[in-house]
Amino acid sequence: MSEALAIPLRRRVMGWLQPHRIVLILIALAIVMAAAIFMRWDWLPQYMPLALQGIWRTIWLLVVTSALGLAIALPLGLVQVTGPIWLAVPAKAFCTIIRGTPLLLQLWLLYYGLGSLFPQFPWIRESFLWPYLRQAWPYGVMALTISYAGYEGEVMRGAFAGVPRGQLEAARAFGMSRWKVFRRIWLPQAIHRALPTLAGETVLQLKATPLVATITMVDIYSVASRVRQETFITYEPLLLLALVYMAITGVLVFLFRKLEARIPSRLG
Amino acid sequence: MAAGHFRIRPQSQTRGYKLDVLVSLFGASTLELLSFEPPGWGANLLRGLAASIQIACGAFGLGLLIGIGGAYGKLYGGPVVRDLLETYTTVVRAVPELVLILILYFAGTDLINQLMTALGYPPVDINGLIAGIGVLAVVQGAYSTEVLRGAILAIPQGQIEAARAYGMPPGLLLRRITLPAMLPFAIPGLANLWLIATKDTALLAVVGFSELTQTTRQAAGATKAYFTFFMAAGVLYLSLTLFSEVIIKRVERWSRRGMPSVSGPH
Repeated sequence: MSEALAIPLRRRVMGWLQPHRIVLILIALAIVMAAAIFMRWDWLPQYMPLALQGIWRTIWLLVVTSALGLAIALPLGLVQVTGPIWLAVPAKAFCTIIRGTPLLLQLWLLYYGLGSLFPQFPWIRESFLWPYLRQAWPYGVMALTISYAGYEGEVMRGAFAGVPRGQLEAARAFGMSRWKVFRRIWLPQAIHRALPTLAGETVLQLKATPLVATITMVDIYSVASRVRQETFITYEPLLLLALVYMAITGVLVFLFRKLEARIPSRLG
Repeated sequence: MAAGHFRIRPQSQTRGYKLDVLVSLFGASTLELLSFEPPGWGANLLRGLAASIQIACGAFGLGLLIGIGGAYGKLYGGPVVRDLLETYTTVVRAVPELVLILILYFAGTDLINQLMTALGYPPVDINGLIAGIGVLAVVQGAYSTEVLRGAILAIPQGQIEAARAYGMPPGLLLRRITLPAMLPFAIPGLANLWLIATKDTALLAVVGFSELTQTTRQAAGATKAYFTFFMAAGVLYLSLTLFSEVIIKRVERWSRRGMPSVSGPH
């Protein structure tokens, strides 16, 4: 990292910009220009507010479910490493089941299965949660959260197990309480180890968000499907959709790289 | 399943009603729907599972071929090939599978039909199975390119140099040295890809292909026993995953035969 920064920016750009790349970029620009001129984009102004709302919803879904999922994943990983067997076995079973079945099936099980189950119980219908349980988004959030928790529980298990034992023993020898050891030594090092994997998993989580369109949630994907159904334009909304997801992925990767660079990578 | 019955309190006035609900949800009446005889949907679910496995096998195999080509191109290809492959893997890994499936599904069938009309044939109806395999293979190919590229890089350089020094032509080198030597490094990643392939087949339900998830949804919609059917499909997927993991362990041990154990003492 520091070596790459030492090379002046101009030389780095020149090194990247070889002759064949210039040609490729020109071809790509020509394709983009042709797409802009010859394809139909007249629907764009009409659907713009809806699309922006959809992008916002997608990002909201990504952030909320990743944060909630990580909050569940930490104890899931921890009890598998150090917990009593009556906690470790259910945690392991949870991770295996979530990782072993498709997310689409989990989503439909929650939405159609639980959704058709709840109204049959009068006490649920009378509870304060009922106005929310009648909508689609709690099921989408729930499904994406437990999915992220299942995958990340496994990642965090490996990360917690990978922290050198001597570090924890040294912390105990300093007289730190178990909680303090966890908070100051174990958790930060485990997160640091897991960060590259978490970056990849968060991109995968972004790629999982369009599934919620199948249970009538309005994210950017469902906006594109709606444009397709209402205007019979097939490719343009899909291509723009792919572009939006690539942009969000790019931002995510950039943010995680910044985060990783903030943590000094010298260990031990 | 029977555990649900313990929740019923005898003093509850709605006891009979609740009992009905629980029986209809978990009891014998919905489990009968899973039987293999015509009123039951068990045979349909198994047919869906077979279709899912077929697609996963096809997509994984085809993806592996793309991956071998892609990895070779990325490592030994010219600058243009490398940049194009880099674009391919980056785009596929950044765009959701669902969007790619739609784009490739529409664009692929459109392209083939335009080609057919240009050549003077009537437009054909693309087989859903072939289309599904092709679309998922493009996605799998991008991931396996990266896995195989890493695995080839992990081979000690001397082995390939020695083979070249013996005058092996590239094809023989690939078959005798590169592929067997990279296998132990590639298998964990490829195993992961296989598990992703089995689960990604569910996405084809969105374009209406009747694999396991779509069949389950139809069965659940027809009988209104959503919970039973989605649970049953979950069990089928899970057993496929667990069975695959057993096989993968064996293959991994076989590919590492003769190598020192890399996993330290635990």
